[in-house]
Order: sequence, then structure tokens, then C-alpha cells
Amino acid sequence: MEDEVRISINSDADLVAARAEGRAMAERLGFPRPDPTLIATAISEVARNIVVHVGRGEIVLRPLEEADRYGLVVIASDNGPGIRDIEAALRDEYSGRGGLGLGLPGARRLMDDFDVASDADTGTTVTMRKWRYRDELARLREERRRRA
Amino acid sequence: MSVAILRQGAYLIASIQSDLSDTEVIQLRHELSELVGRYRSRGIVIDVAALEVIDSFVARSMRSIVLTAKLRGAETVIVGIQPDVAIAMVQFRLNLEPLRVALDLDAAITLLDRLTRRDAEDGG
Repeated sequence: MEDEVRISINSDADLVAARAEGRAMAERLGFPRPDPTLIATAISEVARNIVVHVGRGEIVLRPLEEADRYGLVVIASDNGPGIRDIEAALRDEYSGRGGLGLGLPGARRLMDDFDVASDADTGTTVTMRKWRYRDELARLREERRRRA
Repeated sequence: MSVAILRQGAYLIASIQSDLSDTEVIQLRHELSELVGRYRSRGIVIDVAALEVIDSFVARSMRSIVLTAKLRGAETVIVGIQPDVAIAMVQFRLNLEPLRVALDLDAAITLLDRLTRRDAEDGG
């Protein structure tokens, strides 16, 4: 299995690299279109959140393997002051500094799993995953099971 | 900067050549606003086919370019949004008002001709 990729985020120019790395890994892992674009867009949003709100941080991209599905996890972390109200930050109308209100809820809609952990001491970590079932039937069964 | 801006008659055609950093997107806005004044351009076409990601910042910047250009007397049409990028924008629920889009350069020029003629008639 391929190794993780780490991209340190220090300025808006690093977003370009983060997007490209995310797309490249998604393509290598076999994600069909339009998933590589959705993943790159979500990475762009969480990376920009780091640049605008904290200034520096890191993005880690890591492949995921399970019996019936493969995936990619994006972990965006910083040591900033934390997000005071995570629920609000994930609502569409929320607009933090820089008017980035759309960023997090938009990124969440592009990915399958999305978690934000944040406090004033340790900073903020956004973890988001995109999955692809090896077998489309298995995916439909899984969806049914979840709905039931 | 990775944007080529050509002048064609009363229009400016800005072709984005590669993925842009936020700083370059902001530069593009300044530059277009300046050039509209210098050349008295009536319309702008922005070709975004080289953009593999249009996220909330780029979308907001495009809106800002459109509104800034309008205050400077020019209409703007965006062309070349990639199919996967279009899907991502919809799923993201990006607000695209008041962007005008066209599939390619020819369609954009036709649209600009119509928009600027209408303006001229309104003014007369």
C-alpha cells in the first residue's frame, strides 16, 4: 500500500500543492471521476481555513484499505486558537473571519465522513474521508442497511 | 502570472493557464479592473478550463471580478468550467449569482455582443 503524503501549509501558495497531491493520490488509488476533483476541492477548503485563521499547519493524506472498500483520509491540523463553536462553523450561514462560512460545510458535502476536533490548547484537526466500494452492489446494500 | 490576457476589439480575454494561488486570483481581479479602464473594454471573457478546482474562494473571487468589472462598465462571461468541476460546484452548493457562463469562447463572444448591444440601446 502506498505511503502517506504530508504537505506543510504556510501560505496560500501551498494550497496549490495540496490540491494537486490530493487529486494525484485519489487517481492513483483508483477513484473514478469526479471523485478526485471533489477531494481536491475539499482539501482546498480545509487548507485555506488553516492559512486564513492560523497561518500554518499541516495536511496529511493517507490511503485507506478495508475488505469491501478503499478510501482516502485527509487530516488537516493546526495549533491555532481553536474553533469556538464547531456546530456553528459547520452551518451554512456561519461566516468566520474572512467570510469563509461556506468552506467547511461545503467540504463536508463533498466527502463521506467529516469530523472536526478543536480546543484552545491543542488547536483544530479536521479529519475527512472519501470511500469507494469495490463492488457497487455492496455499496447499495450498505446504503440500505444504513437506512433500515 | 499564469493568466494570459489578450485584447480583442472591445473585449478582454483572460486565459488562465494553470491552477492559481489565491494571491494570483486577487491579482487577476486588479489587473482586469485596470485593463478595462485603460482599453475602455466593454466585455471580459475568463477562460477557466485550466482550473481543476473551483472552491468557495475562487467562486467568490469570480463574483467579485464580475461586480468590479460591471462598475467599470464591462460585462463578464466565464467559459470552460470542466465537467467534474461543475459537479463539485453543485455538490458544494456554491452560490454562482451573478456569474454568466458559456460553454466556449465563441458562445461567450456571442453572449457579450448581445449584452453590450442591449446596454448601448438602454443608454440611447
